[in-house]
Amino acid sequence: MAKKSIVLFALMALVGAGLWAADKVVLNALFMKQAGFSEEDITAGTKDFMDKNPGIQVNLTFVAYEELEQKILTAAAAGGYDVVLSDGPFTAKFAKGGIVKEIPPLAAADKADIFPGALDACEYLGKYWGMPWINDVRYLFYNKKMLQQAGFKNPPATLDEMIAQAKALKAKKIVEYPIVLPWNQAETLTCDFTTITALFGGAMAKDGKPTLYNDANKKALDWMVAAIKQGLVNPKSITYGEDDINGVFAGGNAAFMFNWTYAYGVTNDPSQSKVVGDVGIAMIPGNGKVKSATVNGGQPLSIASGSKHPNEAWAYILYMTGKDFQRAHPTNSLPIWRSLYDDPNVVKSNPDVVKVAKTQYDYIVNRPKVPYYSAFSSMLQVKIQEALLGRKSADQALKEAQTEGEALAQ
Amino acid sequence: MHRVVPQPARGRGRGGEGDLSEQGFAFLLLSPAALLIVVVVLVPLIITFVYTLTDMNLLSDTKGRFMGLANYGAVLGSSWFWESLGRTLYFTFVSLILEVGLGLLFALLLAGSFPGVGALRALVILPWAIPTNVSGALWKWILHPDYGALNALLSWLGLIKEYQAWLGQPWLAMNMVILADVWKMAPYSAIFFLAALQFINRSLYEAARIDGAGVFRRFRYVTFPHLVPTLLVVVVMRSMEKFKAFDLFYIMTKGGPANGTKVLTYDAYLRGFDNLDYSAAATISYVIAFLVLAFTIVYLRLGRQEDIHD
Repeated sequence: MAKKSIVLFALMALVGAGLWAADKVVLNALFMKQAGFSEEDITAGTKDFMDKNPGIQVNLTFVAYEELEQKILTAAAAGGYDVVLSDGPFTAKFAKGGIVKEIPPLAAADKADIFPGALDACEYLGKYWGMPWINDVRYLFYNKKMLQQAGFKNPPATLDEMIAQAKALKAKKIVEYPIVLPWNQAETLTCDFTTITALFGGAMAKDGKPTLYNDANKKALDWMVAAIKQGLVNPKSITYGEDDINGVFAGGNAAFMFNWTYAYGVTNDPSQSKVVGDVGIAMIPGNGKVKSATVNGGQPLSIASGSKHPNEAWAYILYMTGKDFQRAHPTNSLPIWRSLYDDPNVVKSNPDVVKVAKTQYDYIVNRPKVPYYSAFSSMLQVKIQEALLGRKSADQALKEAQTEGEALAQ
Repeated sequence: MHRVVPQPARGRGRGGEGDLSEQGFAFLLLSPAALLIVVVVLVPLIITFVYTLTDMNLLSDTKGRFMGLANYGAVLGSSWFWESLGRTLYFTFVSLILEVGLGLLFALLLAGSFPGVGALRALVILPWAIPTNVSGALWKWILHPDYGALNALLSWLGLIKEYQAWLGQPWLAMNMVILADVWKMAPYSAIFFLAALQFINRSLYEAARIDGAGVFRRFRYVTFPHLVPTLLVVVVMRSMEKFKAFDLFYIMTKGGPANGTKVLTYDAYLRGFDNLDYSAAATISYVIAFLVLAFTIVYLRLGRQEDIHD
């Protein structure tokens, strides 16, 4: 008898739990593991959101950045996810391909408080397809000790100064290859090319059409090729991604690198760096009239087109991108809100980075917002590498890139 | 009260009207597996084929339009396809020759009887037991331009003056991927050859020895002819697999530098999942399938000729 009642009770409990879960709106959200807000930040924020919205349950999935796009493409449109972490260059493609939904309009005051470059990355054909969430750009990281040894007090403010300092560092045998950059055949190369072309006054596309073959872009690519040829940029750069150059810099084998914010934490972590305490962070050096330029690496949160609960998904996105969450978790990703940059908790999290970030964000450059961006970027990476390997001149490489880019645009 | 005793199902013609025939019962048992195959193999194959005949570029304004064979024309008429095909063929044949050659060598060594041969056999199989993505990551580290074990070893031996970026030049990178593939898969061929070697009648060797045949002649006239059927199986299976290789490229090089390691499957992946052009990806996949089919037919013909000669 006692056995029977236990079984009956267990069954009732099971059915009860099922009904309780069925009563809730279940959201599936897709995030990434590396860079930006950490898994702990996101889990804590999600728990807060669920506490405040007892009718919504959010299930989290974390994947590597490299898997993110594929996961969205294969699952999001079919209803596998409600909220997805997107990326600036995906915006046009996802919008045109019907992968994500347009977001509801933002209040004018909110719009004015978000850094324009970050918001701009979510826009395609006058509509917004995501809400800025991770805020990131590339900075110049430098080794303070090496610069001091070479007799420099300040980091370079212009590209010419950076080249001059690199030459001095090399001549004094302080470091063999003073500059290391993430130029392997991957998106990271297009990121740096976006920055460097902007520094030379160029741009890769205008009004949805490629504009690769012009003097400014040629000068930019020539600069990259020359820096490798002179042994100022580490020639192995063409095999390095962002993590690899952190390793080179942290091992004391480079004085300069361009990288995302997270590099500051990595190169100052005693368990993986020999240069703890010597790491300086500064704005990307300018060039002539251009004071600075940096590629936007920010990532928005979007509502997947297959979501059956778009309203709840939007509520969750608003919470995660909101000021409360962003104020509470500034360590791994700085806020998208301009007004939070004077907040004591944000400033305290990383005073050096916050100081530079505040100004650097005004020089954000977005990668081309065209639906054929992925093919365009892959093609461009190959052309740039051919120039960097000395197989083609910068002129020839960009001429071919322009022709192939135009074919993609059609 | 009268109880009805359930009767076991009988063979054909023996049961009552409601009973299943033996054949029907067999179909019933097979149906779950058959259904699974239809859903996960046949349906995707058909859908993929439909994609090759329609415009399934998600970014296209004419999405869904019937294209006939235009997708095949576009793929076969492009220069990138032939470049990728050339790299795929290079990878397939060079790694196949090395893998089969080394596999055969390992098998001949391991077929002998000497102390510790059992342990050695187990050790040789080890690379094959490692998942491909793990061995890809392993080789990426071995070849790392700054901390790689290969650089450390070669520089310790005095063979290189400064550390090399092994994945930094297009042709070199392709050969390094081949090295990683051969390292992992040569034991697989070795196991096949080792099994075939066990079946060769020992008396044939004795007879050959009495006839005055040396090591090489014994291999040429006794061992090798007995290995040909196995060799054929290994070559067919491995060249099919190599032609479709993806994981090592994805992990080690991502098709770079300067497209030097972009093989057909990686190209299909990029076009499908990066560029959202499912038509191009599906068309490349079908072209790969046709090429593999052609390989197999050629191999089988060759095999049949061998049989006739025997």
